Amino acid sequence: MKIYLDNAATTKVDPRVLKAMSWYNLNEYGNASSLHFMGDASHQAIQEATKQIAKILNCDPKGLIFTSGATEANNLIIKGLMRASSKKHLIVSEIEHPSILSPAKELEKEGFSVSYAPISPSGHINIKALEKLITKNTALISIMAVNNEIGTVQNIKKIAALAHKHGAYFHTDAVQAIPYQKLNILRDNIDFLSLSAHKFHGPKGMGLAYINPSAKIAPQQTGGGQAHNLRAGTYNTPGIVGMAEALRIAYKERDQHLAHTKELQALLLKGISQIPGTTLNGSLTHRNSNNLNIIFNQVEGEAILLDLSEKGICVSTGSACSAKSLRVSHVLKALQIDKNQLNSSIRFSLSKFTTKGEIQQTIKALKQTIKRLRSFTALT
Amino acid sequence: MSLNYTKKVLNHFLHPKNIGEISKPDGQSEVGNPVCGDMLKFSIKVKDGKIQNIKFLSFGCASNIATASMLTEKVKGLTIEKAKTYDWNKIVKDLDGLPKQKIHCSILAVEGLKKAIENYEGKRIDTAPKVKK
Repeated sequence: MKIYLDNAATTKVDPRVLKAMSWYNLNEYGNASSLHFMGDASHQAIQEATKQIAKILNCDPKGLIFTSGATEANNLIIKGLMRASSKKHLIVSEIEHPSILSPAKELEKEGFSVSYAPISPSGHINIKALEKLITKNTALISIMAVNNEIGTVQNIKKIAALAHKHGAYFHTDAVQAIPYQKLNILRDNIDFLSLSAHKFHGPKGMGLAYINPSAKIAPQQTGGGQAHNLRAGTYNTPGIVGMAEALRIAYKERDQHLAHTKELQALLLKGISQIPGTTLNGSLTHRNSNNLNIIFNQVEGEAILLDLSEKGICVSTGSACSAKSLRVSHVLKALQIDKNQLNSSIRFSLSKFTTKGEIQQTIKALKQTIKRLRSFTALT
Repeated sequence: MSLNYTKKVLNHFLHPKNIGEISKPDGQSEVGNPVCGDMLKFSIKVKDGKIQNIKFLSFGCASNIATASMLTEKVKGLTIEKAKTYDWNKIVKDLDGLPKQKIHCSILAVEGLKKAIENYEGKRIDTAPKVKK
């Protein structure tokens, strides 16, 4: 048995994406910077993919910078903007991904000041508290569109407007948003946005940074001058084509995808609620339909994960034991969960490929796992 | 990233030995790791200076469960004096190794055993007839 419920970590590549990519691996494999006809074919493919992506995200194609993933995009935007800015204050939320928090820490060491916007127990940014953090010196506010652990959706349109009201730029790490949220860069006045293709059935090692063409950014990787001198390195033609195809499919089939995951999410939640001593982390409203993050009282997350893994089911946990650092997830901590429950959470993340049968099998296995581990728990 | 547990750790995790609580134990303990939040509870029954029975309860990861399970198997039947010298290195060895960041689990298990023995010895002193000076 192999049931994959860890789609917030990564997803299976859609076969249509692989097919689109394969042509640029095997036939049109020229370097897009080369001047001959093969280079031109590759260049054309990138132009076409860029246009396609810009249309879906409603943005200026000139602002699309292809990267190795969202980690690189986040680093480029956060460090690139701050290092080129005369204003030295950055605001991020306390539940951002490490690829935002770690660059923020790096900047702090360089002398920039960083503020961390708090979230409410529902898992959403407290906009009033955020506004209080803004100063005249704030260059950038970076708030993720959807949280990767608890799936809560932030009101990025509202936060972007707030940033602009105070003369700051707005960035959103939208890695978990596709296709669950509609992204509209120009309408929502988003200055910067990061995506990662492998989170929406595209290839790994491929992402993008949308960079407002009027903003000044210091490149973080220099070399051959590609991507308007913002990100050097040979263009990843198959990756770019694959990401465009994955994005096209994601929004073309969005309605079915959402209906499907919504149904499975409800089914899984219903099954879990039959197990006593369970709580949902974050609220169910304004939440991605592919995510459930659950506390199982009296049992530790890594133990649940491993027991399920032995049964062929893949999930994830934010427990301290599961981390090399032995630190509990900063997102769960920000939710102000009871100390005894902090290490008892499991994240289930679904995809369009998840089936009803898989959810039913998971519920059955989960009941056994929790029953077994609770039979000798030291917590009362 | 794989958790990299040995077959023995997995086996003790999936089929832990000596789980539960001894009713009317001669000694008991509760220990926790303040860093990761793991907990262990031990209860022992002592007869003729030997650990006749030992049981444990766990709130923790696979390694927490496996180290406690292995420890109970190894110290059951030992004299109290011998059990006191039981070393966490031995658990790690008996489990064919533990991932580096999980070594502290074996230390916690040994701490739990020592506290259960201390509790037993403390009780014995408390209940012993007081010697008149």
